[in-house]
Amino acid sequence: MSTATVVVTGLGVASPTGLGTGEHWAATLEGRSGIRRLTRFDPSGYPAKLAGEITGFTAEEHLPGRLIPQTDRMTRLALAAADWALADAGVRPDELASFDMGVVTASASGGFEFGQNELRKLWSQGSQYVSAYQSFAWFYAVNSGQISIRNGMKGPSGVVVSDQAGGLDAVAQARRLIRKGTRLVVSGGVDASLCPWGWVAQLAGGRLSTSEDPARAYLPFDRDACGYVPGEGGAILILEAAEAARERGAHSYGEIAGYGATFDPRPGSGRPSGLRKAVELALADAGAQPADVDVVFADAAGDLDLDRAEADALVQVFGARGVPVSCPKTMTGRLYSGAAPLDLATALLALRDGIVPATVNVKLSPEYDIDVVVDQPRHLGLRTALVLARGYGGFNSALVLRAPAPR
Amino acid sequence: MSADPFTLDDLKHILLEAAGAEEGVDLGGDVLDTEFTALGYESLALLETGSRIERTYGIALDDDLLTDALTPRVLIDSVNELLTVSRTV
Amino acid sequence: MSARRVVITGLEVLAPGGVGAKNFWSLLSEGRTATRGITFFDPAPFRSRVAAEIDFDPYEHGLTPQEVRRMDRAAQFAVVAARGAVADSGIEFAGLDPYRTGVTIGSAVGATMGLDEEYRVVSDGGRLALVDHAYAAPHLYDHLVPSSFATEVAWAVGAEGPATVVSTGCTSGIDSVGYAAELIREGAVDIMIAGSSDAPISPITMACFDAIKATTPRHDDPAHASRPFDGTRNGFVLGEGAAVFVLEELDSARRRGAHIYAEIAGYATRSNAYHMTGLRPDGAEMAEAIRVALDEARLPGEAVDYINAHGSGTKQNDRHETAAFKRSLGAHAYRTPVSSIKSMVGHSLGAIGSIEIAASVLAMEYDVVPPTANLHTPDPECDLDYVPLDARDQLVDTVLTVGSGFGGFQSAMVLAEPERKQV
Repeated sequence: MSTATVVVTGLGVASPTGLGTGEHWAATLEGRSGIRRLTRFDPSGYPAKLAGEITGFTAEEHLPGRLIPQTDRMTRLALAAADWALADAGVRPDELASFDMGVVTASASGGFEFGQNELRKLWSQGSQYVSAYQSFAWFYAVNSGQISIRNGMKGPSGVVVSDQAGGLDAVAQARRLIRKGTRLVVSGGVDASLCPWGWVAQLAGGRLSTSEDPARAYLPFDRDACGYVPGEGGAILILEAAEAARERGAHSYGEIAGYGATFDPRPGSGRPSGLRKAVELALADAGAQPADVDVVFADAAGDLDLDRAEADALVQVFGARGVPVSCPKTMTGRLYSGAAPLDLATALLALRDGIVPATVNVKLSPEYDIDVVVDQPRHLGLRTALVLARGYGGFNSALVLRAPAPR
Repeated sequence: MSADPFTLDDLKHILLEAAGAEEGVDLGGDVLDTEFTALGYESLALLETGSRIERTYGIALDDDLLTDALTPRVLIDSVNELLTVSRTV
Repeated sequence: MSARRVVITGLEVLAPGGVGAKNFWSLLSEGRTATRGITFFDPAPFRSRVAAEIDFDPYEHGLTPQEVRRMDRAAQFAVVAARGAVADSGIEFAGLDPYRTGVTIGSAVGATMGLDEEYRVVSDGGRLALVDHAYAAPHLYDHLVPSSFATEVAWAVGAEGPATVVSTGCTSGIDSVGYAAELIREGAVDIMIAGSSDAPISPITMACFDAIKATTPRHDDPAHASRPFDGTRNGFVLGEGAAVFVLEELDSARRRGAHIYAEIAGYATRSNAYHMTGLRPDGAEMAEAIRVALDEARLPGEAVDYINAHGSGTKQNDRHETAAFKRSLGAHAYRTPVSSIKSMVGHSLGAIGSIEIAASVLAMEYDVVPPTANLHTPDPECDLDYVPLDARDQLVDTVLTVGSGFGGFQSAMVLAEPERKQV
């Protein structure tokens, strides 16, 4: 098994905190949250009313007209983010061999709004009103497929669905493919199901915050934690073999240094959560000790039990207050498959600039012996970051990023 | 159902709604005898366009009509033929 | 060479025509078909009214009332198949490190059936744009995100290693197993419960395939409606089902004296980067996937004894695939039996890739090549040996199985006897 170094050479961000890496990073450092009352539809009849919405994205400005009728919002965002990421990496796909480029994305709910509209036509008007594009526009593989078509990428591709942990699983799979010989892989994830049908399905998960105050609705590691605010968006990353990136003189944001994944035991089994094990596996894979980790980007569920489990895992691995913990999700809400890729992008920017972004609105509960960075960003020398992601049902994934070696 | 014939303008309207506009293709030009593929519309776009025409005009297009070699003229003529039939029966 | 090798030591299949690997194999080896007029709902408004449905009672297969309520039909299939595969493998999990067992379940369309039903209710028959949460099923989130399939399987078998759903459209069933094999090879785990499941026979699925005329309108003769490689083919027949495998590292499987069905010797996937639903007739990308899979297996094309085709029965697919076989195997393509079991069990989207792996493994097990049913009329564009109508007794040591899916995905897997000679 090859252990070639795999680096991130391009980032494309579509987030409630901004379109594009620059906007997102500036808002994140300023603590400007993208969480507000839903505008996409009238939420007044639903128990939850807040979301991290992306504003100001006009698909027609970014994509050819032919793609508009056949794409869900999440695909439009993903295609635009992929374009930005490729441009950021300085990659022109038509200059590389098509079989040398792959696409691995994560998905959670697919093109749910597109599906909603077609289901409505089916049940209110009849089956002959269902769009020809319904056969793929809503399904989980659509973003990988459309990105590969738009950019002529014929190499190995894939799609993973592990709820919110999937974003890290996708990037790990991308690394695997590069280690097996693929030159470049577009990875990450973008989700967007802020439509009434998606909202009702998310409500059924039982963890949405019903607070109507954007500053009090999503408070991970706070005594007043009351669920999470969902959002839309995510990030696309360009991964390359370090050697190939170096050869073409590409800039590297950092290395995908380690990964580990576990699944929680069946409820009632009496066995502990697997999150700690996932962290340990990722550290071992990266050849890193806990002391090497300079910052953790937490999953930050905003649920008392899940926050407790994450805090416990962090204390077990890093000791009490052993490492700064950041939850920039408090500014975007939880983005499902897009959450972890966005955290990876944010973490890479943090490594670049030596700044840990602050967690907004949270007053750390004294019950947790962890060092959550609140109020102000913290300036630190950063070399190694750990990103955690958990998915509904018990998915735990952990990924270690390492800053590029100083030149 | 309207008694007017199905025109190129009707087709363009449905086409844009069903499949969007291909960059660099001017549907305002003389496109009646240009194959849909050359206009940037492949079979899937034509299927979506076809089903919208079927619903709007209450007709059923022949299964084999919507091929890549189809031109707007042939499609328009077929629609009008079906419309005449449906109005006379 | 100390590379870890991956073998299949347990399997279970839920396919139309009868639940269980035994029933599945009798159907295939006898060349019977399980396609029929749709019974799940009134198919009258649809262009295509044929499907390959499973007569499945979850209670008969040990699911509890709460499990039945919680899980979409496809999740139920996955759990029943996973339990069956584990039982077949004879593996004892007690004493094993649960972090060293993982799960991958492939699915193209997730909980489509549940979503379709639930939408109908919360929208009150499409009437409400602002759908009513008060009418939502309590487990609707598990339908929203189909990673719940992996959750249910992990719980059912007690796996605590990496778990995920692989969803690459109609190649999901191959890609899920390929992904799992890679996790064992790289050493992250020792055992994977891997397979796929889909239960797409619902109005929304029929409607979307109607819209692109991908499914056959041959509802006057449902039992002979799926006609891969036949000159009269005019679309696929939608199916449903699941197949799940126990994958293990070869040496540890040998140590515990496990029955070894086959080695997953090679796997590759490529994309056509051409069209979400269309295929170029040359089959170049599928051919490349085949070439890379054989390369990984360190086998020449001539070693392939049987090709288990995607063979969906659409005009474009069967032509595309035939070209891909010729392109990758050259003259050997003409000497190799090729068959499509979709002629018998229909096309269950993300599940069929795993069901076809099961068919390939059983072909090796019994040295029988399953036929392509309903193949009477030659098509000049499909001029290989498609094993029409009747199964064929033949030594089968190495099988190539392929899949092609919306999104442009093309996948190939090589299954081989572990004792084969490697070049």
